[in-house]
Amino acid sequence: MGEFKVHRVRFFNYVPSGIRCVAYNNQSNRLAVSRTDGTVEIYNLSANYFQEKFFPGHESRATEALCWAKGQRLFSAGLNGEIIEYDLQALDIKYSMDAFGGPIWSMAASPSGSQLLVGCEDGSVKLFQINPDKIQFERNFDRQKSRILSLSWHPSGTHIAAGSIDYISVFDIKSGSAVHKMLVDRQYMGVSKRKCIIWGVAFLSDGTVISVDSAGKVQFWDSATGTLVKTHLVANADVQSIAVSDQEDSFVVGTAEGTVFHFQLVSVTSNSSEKQWVRTKPFQHHTHDVRTVAHSPTALISGGTDTHLVIRPLMEKVEVKNYDAALRKITFPHRRLISCSKKRQLLLFQFSHHLDLWRLGSTVATGGKTSGKFLVPGKHGDTLPLSKDADHLLQLKTKGPENIICSCVSPCGSWIAYSTASRFFLRRLNYEHDNLSLHRVSKMPACLRSAVQIMFSEDSTKLFVASNQGSLHILRLLEGSFKHLHTFQAQSGTVESMCLLAVSPDGNWLAASGTSAGVHVYSVKRLKIFEYSIPDKQYTEWSRAIQKQGFHHHWLQRDTPITHIGFHPKRPAHILLHDAYMFCIIDKSLPLPNDKTLLYNPLPPTNESDVIRRRTAHAFKISKKYKPLLFMDLLDEGTLVAVERPLDDIIAQLPPPIKKKKFGT
Amino acid sequence: MAALEEEFTLSAVPLGAGPDGLLGVEQCDKTDQFLITDGGRTVILYKVSDQKPLGSWSVKQGQVITCPAVCNFQTGEYIVVHDSKVLRLWTNEDVNLDKVFKATLSAEVYRIHSIPGTEPLVLFKEGAVRGLEALLAEPQQKIETVISDEEVIKWTKFFMVFRHPALIFITEKHGNYFAYVQKFNSSVLSKYTLLLGQEENFVIQSFTASLDRKFISLLSLSSDGCIYETLIPIHPSDPEKNQQPRVVRSLLLKTVVSGNARNALSVLDQDHVAVLGPPLPASKECLSIWNTKFQTLQVSKELPQGTSGQLWYYGEHLFMLHGKILTVIPYKCEMSSLAGALGKLKHGQDSGTQTMPHFVNWETSQGYGLESKNSEPSKRILRRRTIEPSVQPEVPASQQLLSIIKKDSEKHIEIELRKFLATKRTPDFHTVIGDIAIGLLERCKTEPSFYPRNSLMQLIQMHVLSYSLCPGLMEVALEKTDIQMLQLCLQQFPDIPEAVTCACLKMFLSIGDDNLQEIDVNMESVSDYSDAVQDEKMEEQMGILQNGFNPEEDNCDNCDKELSKKPQKTVEETTSCPVIPKRAALLNAVLHSAYSESFLLPHLKDIPAQHITLFLQYLYFLYLKCNENATMTLPGIHPPTLNQIMDWICLLLDANFTVLVMIPEAKSLLLSLYKFVKSQICICSELNKIEVSFRELKKLNQEKNNRELYSIEVLELF
Repeated sequence: MGEFKVHRVRFFNYVPSGIRCVAYNNQSNRLAVSRTDGTVEIYNLSANYFQEKFFPGHESRATEALCWAKGQRLFSAGLNGEIIEYDLQALDIKYSMDAFGGPIWSMAASPSGSQLLVGCEDGSVKLFQINPDKIQFERNFDRQKSRILSLSWHPSGTHIAAGSIDYISVFDIKSGSAVHKMLVDRQYMGVSKRKCIIWGVAFLSDGTVISVDSAGKVQFWDSATGTLVKTHLVANADVQSIAVSDQEDSFVVGTAEGTVFHFQLVSVTSNSSEKQWVRTKPFQHHTHDVRTVAHSPTALISGGTDTHLVIRPLMEKVEVKNYDAALRKITFPHRRLISCSKKRQLLLFQFSHHLDLWRLGSTVATGGKTSGKFLVPGKHGDTLPLSKDADHLLQLKTKGPENIICSCVSPCGSWIAYSTASRFFLRRLNYEHDNLSLHRVSKMPACLRSAVQIMFSEDSTKLFVASNQGSLHILRLLEGSFKHLHTFQAQSGTVESMCLLAVSPDGNWLAASGTSAGVHVYSVKRLKIFEYSIPDKQYTEWSRAIQKQGFHHHWLQRDTPITHIGFHPKRPAHILLHDAYMFCIIDKSLPLPNDKTLLYNPLPPTNESDVIRRRTAHAFKISKKYKPLLFMDLLDEGTLVAVERPLDDIIAQLPPPIKKKKFGT
Repeated sequence: MAALEEEFTLSAVPLGAGPDGLLGVEQCDKTDQFLITDGGRTVILYKVSDQKPLGSWSVKQGQVITCPAVCNFQTGEYIVVHDSKVLRLWTNEDVNLDKVFKATLSAEVYRIHSIPGTEPLVLFKEGAVRGLEALLAEPQQKIETVISDEEVIKWTKFFMVFRHPALIFITEKHGNYFAYVQKFNSSVLSKYTLLLGQEENFVIQSFTASLDRKFISLLSLSSDGCIYETLIPIHPSDPEKNQQPRVVRSLLLKTVVSGNARNALSVLDQDHVAVLGPPLPASKECLSIWNTKFQTLQVSKELPQGTSGQLWYYGEHLFMLHGKILTVIPYKCEMSSLAGALGKLKHGQDSGTQTMPHFVNWETSQGYGLESKNSEPSKRILRRRTIEPSVQPEVPASQQLLSIIKKDSEKHIEIELRKFLATKRTPDFHTVIGDIAIGLLERCKTEPSFYPRNSLMQLIQMHVLSYSLCPGLMEVALEKTDIQMLQLCLQQFPDIPEAVTCACLKMFLSIGDDNLQEIDVNMESVSDYSDAVQDEKMEEQMGILQNGFNPEEDNCDNCDKELSKKPQKTVEETTSCPVIPKRAALLNAVLHSAYSESFLLPHLKDIPAQHITLFLQYLYFLYLKCNENATMTLPGIHPPTLNQIMDWICLLLDANFTVLVMIPEAKSLLLSLYKFVKSQICICSELNKIEVSFRELKKLNQEKNNRELYSIEVLELF
C-alpha cells in the first residue's frame, strides 16, 4: 500500500459545548440534543447513532427545555423566554413565540401531544394548544411564588406536577389550581442548606410523583394525599435530571457528580405482586454534571457539561450480546468542521463564532526509501524534523449572535465561504509573498441568504451552495468577483434541505443528498437535473461484489459512523474513509477480506516472505493510530493530513468537576 | 431462522395405527385442539398444549373408518365416514358413535374437507364434489363420475382463494398425473396434466400445496428424493379452447431425502418446507426444515424409531408418528432475509452447519468429541443393519450394572464397570456415573466389609462426579482413612462442604508419618521442592547451630537491624520443611479446595492445637518459599498460590488465636511470622513509594507525547 507522510495536527482547539437537554422520540427512534450554545442536533438511533440533522446555535438562545410533541414536532424553550418550533425538513426555525413569563425553565408536552406546558421565571405555568401550524396560548395556572424548574404530566393528562424551589405543586388541568403543595426538606445531612431546588419531577400513572432535588435526594410522593413516601439519598451534590421509561418500571437520574443511577420497580420477594422501587445500578461515565437524561426502551441516555452524549444499553433489554449492547460516547459532531486547500496546504477550522486559517508546516528530511514514484523519508513511526512550523494565518470573526453553520476554503486557497443562519459570506484571499490580504466580496445575490453546505469545484472556478430551502446555487468565481450562474430549484412540493454535496473532479457533475437519503445528480454544463434515487440506479461492479461477499465481521461490528470519504487523486481505485477512531484506505484492486483473515493489522509483518505478504494482503488497510480523528484527507499522492482532538485537552478546558474524595488520596 | 423445539408425545399408549399409519390429523374449531383418526376405528380429540385427550369415539366392531374425521367449523360438529359410504355427525356431548346422526350415501367418499369460514366439502372417489348441506338434504342423490376409469385420486387439498373455496386434487393413471382444480364461485373444474420432465419413471411420493397469489404452488416429492414445484393457475386463462392445459414442474430442491423410503413433505410457509425421510439411503429418518429460497437446510431432527411417512402441519405444530407414538414438534420460523443468510443480522448462525450438505446430528454427539464428525455417517450405515436391535438395551446398561453392584463381588463389579465406561458416553453420562457411585456406596453402608476402592477411584477419575452427585463418598473414605481417595476427591470435586474439608485436614495432620509413607499420594503439587528439602538438610543443621548464638530479639522497632539479619533467618526457616513431602501434597490439596470463610471457621476450631501449629509452620514455610522469587510463586506443576497461603494463615490465626497465644510451642513461630510480615510491610511501603514515582514518570512521558501540537510523521499501512 505504501507509505505516507502524515501531518498530524492537534492545534484545532475546538471545544464542543455542553449538553443541556436530550429528548427521545420513541416513534422515530430519534434523539434530539440541545447544547448550551443553542445548537440542536438530531441523532438517528437506528442508523448507528448518526447525527443526521442540526440547527445552528444562537448566542441569546440558551435552551433550557426540549420536547417532542404530536409525534414528529420538536419544540424548545429557553432563557430568552421564547418557545421555538423547528422545521425538521427544511432545517430551519419554523417560528419563535414569546411566552411573556420571563425566562422559561421547563417545558412538557401532554401525553396526547396536543398541549404544551411551560414553566417560567415568574412562577407561572402556561398552557399552550398545539395547532397544526403554530401554538396558541390557552391559559395560565395559579401563579407560584418562585420559578418553575420542572414539569411533568400525569399519563392521563388530568394533572401535572411542577417542581419549584422548596416545594412541588400538583395542578389540576381543568381548574388550573394547585391541588397539593408538597414541601421538600431543606435539611441536608443535618445541615440546613439555603434552598432546595426541585430539578426534576416525574408523574407516574399510579399517582406517585418522583422528585429529584439539589440536596441529592430522590423522593417518592403520593399525589393523592400529598405525603412523602420514600427518600433515597443518592448524592452529596445536586440530582439534576430524571427520566422514566414508558412502562414505568424503571427510571434514571443524573447527578452533579457525574453519576447516573438506575432505579427499577422490583418485586419485594420473588413471585409476589408487591413491588418496590430499588436503586439498582450506578454508572459513572461522566466527569461533570449530568444535566439531562433520557430513557429509551433499551438504553439510558445521558449528557452534561462534559460534552459527551453517553448511551448505555440496558443489558437485560438487549437480546443478543453484540456491538449494539456496547456503551457509546459521542463527543464530536458528525458534520464537517474542517476544510482543506490541497494546493496551498491550508486548513480552515470552523468554530461557533470564528474561523481559523492555518498553513501546514513542512520538512526537508530526505533519504529513506522510495515508495512508488515519490520519496518518503524515514520509516514507519518516525517523526520528521520540521523545517517550518505550522502558521496561524488568519482569524475571521463573525459579527452578530448567530453561529456559523458551514464553511469551506477553496482548493486553490484563495476563497473562503461561510454562512450563518441569516447571511452568506464570501471572502477573497490574496497572497503576496508572505503577506496575506483579505477582501470582502460584496453584493451577494438576494437568493443566497444562508447555506447548509458549501462546496468549491476542484479547479476553484465554481462555488456550489445548498440552501436550506432545498435549492442549489451555482456561482462562477472570477478574479475578485463572481457571477450567479444558475439555481436548481427544489423538487416541487418538497422543502427538504440538502445535507451533503459532492462534485466530480471535472466540475461537470454535482451530487447532492437530502435529509430523506435520496441522491440527486445535476449536470452543471447543461443545467439540467438528472435525478436518481439510489435503489433504481446501478451500483458499481465493486460494490456489487462486496455486497455479495459481505463485509468482514469486524468491519460490520464497528460502532461509529463513517464521517468522511475521499478519493486518491492519482489512483482512482483507492478510497479513503474515516470515522472518529480509525481511518481506512480501501484498494479496490486487492481481494476482499473474508472472515478468516485478520482485518486490522497494526504491526509491520516481520520475517515473512513477500509471497505470504502478498497472499494475506486485502483491500482494507486500516490504521487506528490517530484518535479521536476529526478530519483526514489526502493532500497529494504521498501526503495525508490528520486532525486530532485529544479528549484530555477538551477536559482541561472545562470547568473543574465537583471534587470527590477518593480513597487513599 | 427456522427452529424445531423440544418434541412431546400426545399419547403414551401406541395408537392402533395400521401399517399405513394414521388416517389423519385435522384441526378443530377450538384452537389447540386436534382430531386424530387412527387407521382402525377410533377418533380421538386432543388438546395439544395439555398433551391429553379430551374425548375418544369408536365405531362398532366390523366397521372401518375410511376417511379422517373433520370438524365442521360452522356448527362445531364432527364428521366421519366409515365403510366408505356412511356419514356420521356428532358433537362433544355424544358418547357412542352408533347413536349419532347417520346418513348413507350413494357413492364412495374419498375425503371430507373442512376449513374455517366455509361449509365442509365431500369429495367422492369418482371426483365429484358436494357441499355437506346439499348432501345431507338428499343423501341418496346421484353422484356423477368425473374422472376416468382407472384414474385414482392420490392427494387433495382445500383452499380459500380470495374468500372463495377451491379444491385441488391429484389423480394418477398409468404413471401419469393429473391435477383438477374445482372452484366453487364459478363451479368450474379445470384439469391439468402434470408433466414430469425427464424423470418420468420416478413415482411421486408426497404432495403439498400453498397459495401464491394467482397460482397454486404444488410441491411434490419424487422417489428420486428431489422436490419439484408446479405452478397451477387459479384462474384458467381460456378453459374453452385448450381443453387440457399442461403444467410443467421444475426442480426446487435437489436430493433432500433418499428416495426409497416412505417420505413426506409439507409446506410451512412461503420459503420453508418440512421433509420427513432419511437423508441418506441407510440412515435413520429425519425431520428436516429446508429453506427453498436459499436452498439451505435450516434444522433437522433425527427420528430413530422411524415414522409412518406422514406429516401434518397446523399452526405451529408438526404432527407425525414416531415409532408408534404420535409426536408433536413445535416449529418456529422467523422471517429470513438475505442479510440473515449472509450473517449480517444478529442471529448468529454457525457458518459450518449451514453449508454442510449432510448434516451432523447435534442430538447424539453433544460436543463429547468421541467420534469424529466425518466418520459418523458411515458408522451409522454399518451399525444400522446389524446392531439395530441391540440399540434398545443400550439404555438399561447402567441398570444392569446397578443390579450387578447389588450382589456381585468387587472384582466382578470392577470388570463390568470398566466395560461400561469404555462404551460411548450418553448425554446423561454424569448422572449415570452418580447413580453408580451411589449404588456402590449404598452397598458399602449395608455391608461393612464391602469397599470397592478401585471402582470408586475409577469413577472419580472420570472427571464428572461432584460432591453433590454422590454425597457420602467422602464420608466413607474418611471412615476407611482412604487418604488417596480423599486427595483425589479434594482435587476433583468443586463443591465439598467446609465440614468435610476440615475433617480431611484433621486427618491429614493427624496421620502418622509411617502410615503416610506406605500410601501412594499424588505428589504433583510438591514434587519440586521435595528434593530441595533433601539438599538443604545439611544446612539446616548448621542453621540451628548458628541460631543458638543469636540473642532473641523481642522488640521489632529496630527494623534495619532486623532486615539485615533476615537473610540468615530465611535460610534457616526455608530449609526446614516441617512436614514430609507426602503430607505436604495432601495439605496442598486442602489449600486448593474452595471454601467460604464463615462456614470454615467454626470447624477449624476443632483441630487440636499441636496440629494447628504444625499446619501454620507449613504455611509459614510456603510463605517464605514464595518470597524467594520475584513472581511470588512456588515451583511445581500445581502449587498453592500466595493468596491461598495468606488466606489460610489468616483463617488459622482467626480461628485459634487464643489457643495459639497460650501454647508455648507456637510462641516462637508466631514471633518469627510476625517479624517476617513486618519486614514484608516495610518492603511494600518502599515499593509503594517507587510505584508513585514511576507513575509520575509515565504520566510525564505521555504528556510529552500528547503535548506536541503539530508534527509530521511517517505512516506505513500494512
